[in-house]
Amino acid sequence: MTPTPDLIVFGLLAVLAIASAVMTLASRHAVYSALFLVLNFLVIAVLFLLLHAPFIALIQITVYAGAIMVLFLFVIMLLGLEKTRTMSKLRWQAPSSVLLAVILAGTLVYAVVNKQGVGRALLEPLQSGFGSPAEVGRVLFNQYLVPFEVTSVLLLVAMVGAIFLSTFKRRSSE
Amino acid sequence: MNVPTVYVIGLSAVLFALGVTGVLVRRNVIVIFMSIELMLNAANLAFIAFAREAGSMEGQIFVFFVIAVAAAEVAVGLALIVAIYRSRGTIDIDEISSMRG
Repeated sequence: MTPTPDLIVFGLLAVLAIASAVMTLASRHAVYSALFLVLNFLVIAVLFLLLHAPFIALIQITVYAGAIMVLFLFVIMLLGLEKTRTMSKLRWQAPSSVLLAVILAGTLVYAVVNKQGVGRALLEPLQSGFGSPAEVGRVLFNQYLVPFEVTSVLLLVAMVGAIFLSTFKRRSSE
Repeated sequence: MNVPTVYVIGLSAVLFALGVTGVLVRRNVIVIFMSIELMLNAANLAFIAFAREAGSMEGQIFVFFVIAVAAAEVAVGLALIVAIYRSRGTIDIDEISSMRG
């Protein structure tokens, strides 16, 4: 297959995504891990944008790269846990888990490549407005209204749970 | 961008496996938590790729819900990590292997 410009852009983004994910796992300093994870989220957001999902891409940036990662950095700095032991006491654990993960990746890629339903041709163009906020809102509030409302309850429960967990004192220490 | 869906799904599979590696190898609970986010993102990428291929909005709506659930999960998970650190003084998962509080 001849490398089209689209394919080159995708290849660069894929390399960047994989490299930032590897650096997230390999960094000894937890803050570096968090910052590489932000980079990974941004690359994924660009991929979303290029896959005709602009609204989801912006949600990805605001919620993931914004809110969630700020929370992570806050907790890392609050607890002062930047550096901890990287490896397990069990000496065989790291090599065996890397081996198992490589086997998992191989199995997943093999399954994807051999699956008939996964398209390997170039995609046909979509109608304009696909993935726009208006389109997302139309589907969300027509077909998925109940899950949407349940999500608000879920967020409320999570908020109450987080407040309870962070103010909870053990009985024995009182 | 117009690339065959199979490439995007392949990237998603590799990112998922990297997330699994992080959960298995790292000992710091916060980094393990970040690896879980990595796996969620890989799944989201697969959703978006299939939505693009099928020309259907449903995949994007699912990603919307996944992101909402991930936000809730992070809030509760980080509160749990802070609570564990307060009671044990460590977040090394080898040290907090017992169920007793």
